[in-house]
Amino acid sequence: MPDSPGQHAADPQPVIASPDATLLDATATPSEPLVLSPLNEVHVAAGAGFTDFAGWQMPVRYSSDLAEHRAVRESAGIFDLSHMAEIRVQGPEAAAFLDYALAGRLSAIAIGQAKYSLLLTPDAGIVDDLVVYRRGDTDFLVVANAGNQYQALGALLERAASFDTSVTDESDDTALIAVQGPKARAIVQAVPGIHFLTAPAGAPDDRLHPLDTLKYYWSVDAEYAGQPLFVARTGYTGEDGFELYVPAALASALWRDLVIAGEPHGLVPAGLASRDTLRLEAGMPLYGHELGLDTKPAQAGLGRVPNLAKGDFVGREALERDAANDTAVPGRVLVGLVGEGKRAARADYEIFAPATSGADAGADPGAAAAAADAAAPVGLVTSGVLSPTLGHPVAMAYVDPAFAAVGTEVAIDIRGKRLAFRVTTLPFYRRERD
Amino acid sequence: MTDFDQLRFTAEHEWVRLAPADAEAGTAPSATIGITAYAADKLGDVVFVDLPDAGVEIADGAVVGEIESTKSVGELFAPVNGTVLEKNAAVEDAPELVNSDPYGEGWLIRVEYTELPELLNYADYQALLGDEAESVQ
Repeated sequence: MPDSPGQHAADPQPVIASPDATLLDATATPSEPLVLSPLNEVHVAAGAGFTDFAGWQMPVRYSSDLAEHRAVRESAGIFDLSHMAEIRVQGPEAAAFLDYALAGRLSAIAIGQAKYSLLLTPDAGIVDDLVVYRRGDTDFLVVANAGNQYQALGALLERAASFDTSVTDESDDTALIAVQGPKARAIVQAVPGIHFLTAPAGAPDDRLHPLDTLKYYWSVDAEYAGQPLFVARTGYTGEDGFELYVPAALASALWRDLVIAGEPHGLVPAGLASRDTLRLEAGMPLYGHELGLDTKPAQAGLGRVPNLAKGDFVGREALERDAANDTAVPGRVLVGLVGEGKRAARADYEIFAPATSGADAGADPGAAAAAADAAAPVGLVTSGVLSPTLGHPVAMAYVDPAFAAVGTEVAIDIRGKRLAFRVTTLPFYRRERD
Repeated sequence: MTDFDQLRFTAEHEWVRLAPADAEAGTAPSATIGITAYAADKLGDVVFVDLPDAGVEIADGAVVGEIESTKSVGELFAPVNGTVLEKNAAVEDAPELVNSDPYGEGWLIRVEYTELPELLNYADYQALLGDEAESVQ
């Protein structure tokens, strides 16, 4: 393990998702000092409230997480994501190495392109979900979750042993600022200090701004204050938006420039509370909730991420074994659930067959067994909230396959009361494309 | 402007405003109960409240309701023994009142109490909050 201030960031559980934690003890102090973002002083000055996220002190909200959520849906929000881990992979065999170390075929993406991928264990459990950017022919940037920084880094270093490639943790030197929302493009374009070096591949007209033609999940190199700035059209909110990777020393200046440029567009600083509700509405999984070491990609609806058409990769054997084994008991699968009313079903709440199920079983000899079965949970909520955009409760949950079909009714035990929810397709919210 | 010296507080971050018995009107002593600005701030945007109906008997220390924000669930503890006289219907319709006016329009329930337990005064509650005391104002 590298000796850096980030090394106690190993706790994979984001505290913001824990119910009941905030009201209990006003005088609670963290047992270990939290890692501070390079933007910490900016957040303090902006009046942010903070939370411990994977060992980092990060803004949870600035004033109202609902207002921040709405701003991202309707205009734009600016997020500090400097807790994310940036791992650089460079060398003649960088592409081949990533094809072996990760589940997807990263060698197939073009320079400037980004791809969502998974880092699997040999058993095909999920070590982390990550986004990989191809910076050059032999140069990739792997962005991992803060809580998995050292697990991901350790696995990549270990798997790189037989490849001619370097694996470098650039997290401490890199800040990440996201601008998300329908006005994001206009805002990033309005920052006078950002200079784009190259037009994105295929840009048809040099009178257009490079960001006009930058496609979703593509990136472009830029400069800010004479330093390299990497701009990607990616995000975790369900909206259009950009993620800006900037040297840590320049983060505060870039944040302020973006805030100034964003003012006429309604840009607001947004914390992790709104980030979580935004990604949940967009049906995006969060590691530690929907994904974990005991989750197989197919269970999480990510069966298309592993590419079995490529060569050997870590996790391949287990995936092939699972695919070939018809008799294997299928595990629970990830579904979206919607409810009525205002009560959210939250992480770790148990899911049951609806109360009416089996009520007309009558003299069926299986009725007793069915009744006993009905008492056992059929699933577990992994994330849930009263959707700020939709106005009704939404949740992601793992359920037994028999309860996974769209339209299936279930009952969720919400602190002792069973409320009706229904399986629906993900995402809950999809933006209108222009 | 809230006169904090007129309020009593609990370690569960609730406030209690006491109204004495009125012999002329024939009313028993009552207490209006809400959560403090500190609690509302820590919860974040309140989106749902579940409050006991009028007539429900409550016991000091028991959980009698819930205050839900987008991120968490806060429990409403009864700070006294008594009977609910009234719940704040306005706050059920507009839970954001808990954030915008925790000591006023964001009150939660009014109860008739039989006996008054020991409650914190403003200075005690400030001391409990320690470094974060100023956020109450």
